[in-house]
Amino acid sequence: MTYIGSSVKRVEDKRFITGQGRYTDDIVLPQMTYACMVRSPHAHAEIVNVDISHASQMDGVVKIFTGKDTDAAGIGGVPCGWQVDFKNGDTMKEPPHPLLVSDKARHAGDAIAMVIAETYAQAKDAAEMVIVEYNVLPAVTNSKIARADGAPQVHADVPNNLAFDWELGNPREEVDAAIAGAHHVTTLEFINQRVICNAIEPRSAIGHFDTAYDKYTLYTSTQNPHLIRLLMCAFVLGIPEHKVRVVGPDVGGGFGSKIFHYTEEALVIWGSNQIKRPIKWTAERSESFVTDAAGRDHITTAKMAFDKDGNILALSSDTFANMGAYLSTFAPAVPTYLHGTLLQGLYTTPLINVSVDAVFTNTTAVDAYRGAGRPEATYLLERLMDTAALEMGRDPAELRLQNFIAPFDGVEQEGYQTQVALQYDSGNYAPVLKRGLEMVGYEQFRADQKAAESTGKLLGIGFSTYVEACGIAPSAVVGALGARAGLFESAQVQVHPTGKVSVYSGSHSHGQGHETSFAQVVADKMGIPMEDVEIIHGDSDAVAFGMGTYGSRSLAVGGSAIVKSIEKVLEKGAKIAAHLLEASVDDLDYAEGKWTVRGTEKSVAFGDVSLTAYVPHNYPEGLEPGLDFSSFYDPANFTYPFGCHICIVEIDKESGVVKVKRFIAVDDVGNVINPMIVDGQIHGGLAQGIGQAFCEGAVYDESGQLVNGTYMDYVMPRADDLPSFEIDRTVTPCPHNPLGVKGAGEAGCIGATPAVVNAVMDALKGYGIHDVEMPVTSQKVWNIIHGG
Amino acid sequence: MKVPVSITVNGKQYDKMVEPRLLLVYFLREELALTGTHIGCDTSSCGACTIHLDGKALKSCTMLAVQANGKSVTTIEGMANGEELHPLQEGFHMEHGLQCGFCTPGMIMCAADMLKNNPNPSEEEIRHGLEGNFCRCTGYHNIVKSIQYAAKKMA
Repeated sequence: MTYIGSSVKRVEDKRFITGQGRYTDDIVLPQMTYACMVRSPHAHAEIVNVDISHASQMDGVVKIFTGKDTDAAGIGGVPCGWQVDFKNGDTMKEPPHPLLVSDKARHAGDAIAMVIAETYAQAKDAAEMVIVEYNVLPAVTNSKIARADGAPQVHADVPNNLAFDWELGNPREEVDAAIAGAHHVTTLEFINQRVICNAIEPRSAIGHFDTAYDKYTLYTSTQNPHLIRLLMCAFVLGIPEHKVRVVGPDVGGGFGSKIFHYTEEALVIWGSNQIKRPIKWTAERSESFVTDAAGRDHITTAKMAFDKDGNILALSSDTFANMGAYLSTFAPAVPTYLHGTLLQGLYTTPLINVSVDAVFTNTTAVDAYRGAGRPEATYLLERLMDTAALEMGRDPAELRLQNFIAPFDGVEQEGYQTQVALQYDSGNYAPVLKRGLEMVGYEQFRADQKAAESTGKLLGIGFSTYVEACGIAPSAVVGALGARAGLFESAQVQVHPTGKVSVYSGSHSHGQGHETSFAQVVADKMGIPMEDVEIIHGDSDAVAFGMGTYGSRSLAVGGSAIVKSIEKVLEKGAKIAAHLLEASVDDLDYAEGKWTVRGTEKSVAFGDVSLTAYVPHNYPEGLEPGLDFSSFYDPANFTYPFGCHICIVEIDKESGVVKVKRFIAVDDVGNVINPMIVDGQIHGGLAQGIGQAFCEGAVYDESGQLVNGTYMDYVMPRADDLPSFEIDRTVTPCPHNPLGVKGAGEAGCIGATPAVVNAVMDALKGYGIHDVEMPVTSQKVWNIIHGG
Repeated sequence: MKVPVSITVNGKQYDKMVEPRLLLVYFLREELALTGTHIGCDTSSCGACTIHLDGKALKSCTMLAVQANGKSVTTIEGMANGEELHPLQEGFHMEHGLQCGFCTPGMIMCAADMLKNNPNPSEEEIRHGLEGNFCRCTGYHNIVKSIQYAAKKMA
């Protein structure tokens, strides 16, 4: 059977549909205690005094820790994993991010004390009785305002709140000169608003110190168990890495927010040794809102210049990127190497310059959220393209086709060298747009649009074509760009004597279906039934090492590591088979689970070879027993999926309500292992991308309060806000990894957002507006239509 | 200060002493270790905690355990008949209606009530019926198909 390419139903489903999924908060350990954090209600406030005397005496309270305790223990705080230097070469400003703050709170939600009790209710009761005296300071939440002279200073030693500034591409003077001399320049000033990841499972962590073995176990809702262990051991707590086991059990969605090492993880581990009992902390939703790293939050001015024929001549962009109060694990990479490097898009733009100021504010940290920098780049480019088309009286689809990079497969033709550091691996851009136009029925739509005018409805169509960088990432390349870690992946393929196979992967599945798609790869490559393969992940004591799951890297990098190990298994298996068959290795073929002597009927089955490997009585001389290999795979390049998203909106003129009527997505994610799973990934990404366009967005008031920090207030797409999606794909294989795959996890979220806003702008083109700020709510639209 | 409750869950009667402030969802998760019912929001907005109370779908973070005294609760753990999956469970599997699985129990419990009242819903009715349940993974596309699969099977 060929598993690769078929929509095999997921093997992990059974436990979830029967209520047997095991998420961190479901785990109960003997003698377990419960933690509740005391958090600052103020966005910016000196901590004058913390009084725990009354709270400590309350029923069930086991222990209360404050910042004084973590300071006394010499714990410095959680580190940042990516260093970006200033334009002048100075190292970025990296103020400490304490587990519990003792001097001042820098965002609403900063933790001041951890109250531990016999039950969560008791911990929460006591937390309310911890008396904190504050000296409230003025706060700043907007990155552009924070950068100005006289703005509140988030960290005393970071002047003008500038974490770092950064620039990439062609010299600014050259770009500016090209823009100044151009036939047409389209300029947009816009906000790519802060969104909250909102995995439906709130973050949770259990710390357990086992006094019998002097060993810690951390259960945590993470996408990234091994990296959490490394960061926590080496940089936060100074405990030996081999004495810590980190388990990321079933995880209820991540979308980026569970990549990072959070303070609560280190707190429950450290605390569990202090009290010699396990500690569980689980966020309430309002806590998730103010402590989970958020996404986007860019303020950008961008210019795109054209000649008289509509060819793009140059692009410049200047962005204020909000970092929040502290640098989260990968935060510096997001507005820089995951954003600026994508501003070539799918276009031949010969001159590009991108400049970014990364700014501290009194808000929750910002880091990677599904797409991480690439949605911001795509929004910038694709809003410019549709706006330019409108301004120049050009068709937006034709304008794109005219400027697309010519096809290149990375084999016969070289990869495409961009102006912004990257070399695309393979791409063929026109077919995705043409297929999208076919699916939408473009000509018919324009006729319908005209006809709708008499009905009180406005129809609009919006385009978005994107290219993104996935399969993160070649270690040496990212190392040169400031990553403080390698971004390879590891995998162990362990063949048991009976021929059954356990695969230990450093990737982490939290909805992506690795237990199925990885098993498809293994079963196909080894010629054995899928039922004989189990994928194990998420436990640092089971899996030797791993770099986790984010950046659409699991199959491209993690899957490639598995393939490498399979190759080693089959190579050694062939030696054993050759011995059993009394033939030469060179004369053997391997197919359908057996080695056959070419041109004969003589064969030996995989299970006989595996048994021989572990019962090596009749065995090749000098060959080690066993059939068990590990591999590390470090990719040669990023992978570059691309696609075309087209949105049709209908606006009710009377109410301003925007309805997404149709959404068409044609994505090219390279080869596809499981079409059903890839489609599902696209669907989910689209919903999040569409959500940012029309309903989502964090709102802070002047004092720094997140005023929509609950599910009653923060609007996310519900089932009746979305249409069924119309999706298709083309296949341009990745030329540099063994599976030819590129990654599908983020594509939907990267392409969708500008398509929606472009569609709204197309619908409203009769109203003389240039831009509309996200989220495009009915109130904003009503104001445009009715001049409110 | 604990008070006695007697609640039948998935056909089995449980007599427990609980704090009057204990929410039904914590009773299920912590007293009975039925952790298939999840907590996603604390404000009755996400639907991850949806169960059936006397046959009607209800968010179990919205009521106290003591309010369920004498009543009958069905959770996701009570939906399959031994090894035989409920048509909705089968539908979610067959149509890839779940990814991370966290919202899935609530989705299935909500959909079961929906199909009881409307055995042959249109796509629009399904989407409207799911309005109280968040999913952040699937974009709802395959959840709609999963419920259509079950409706067909149950017809």
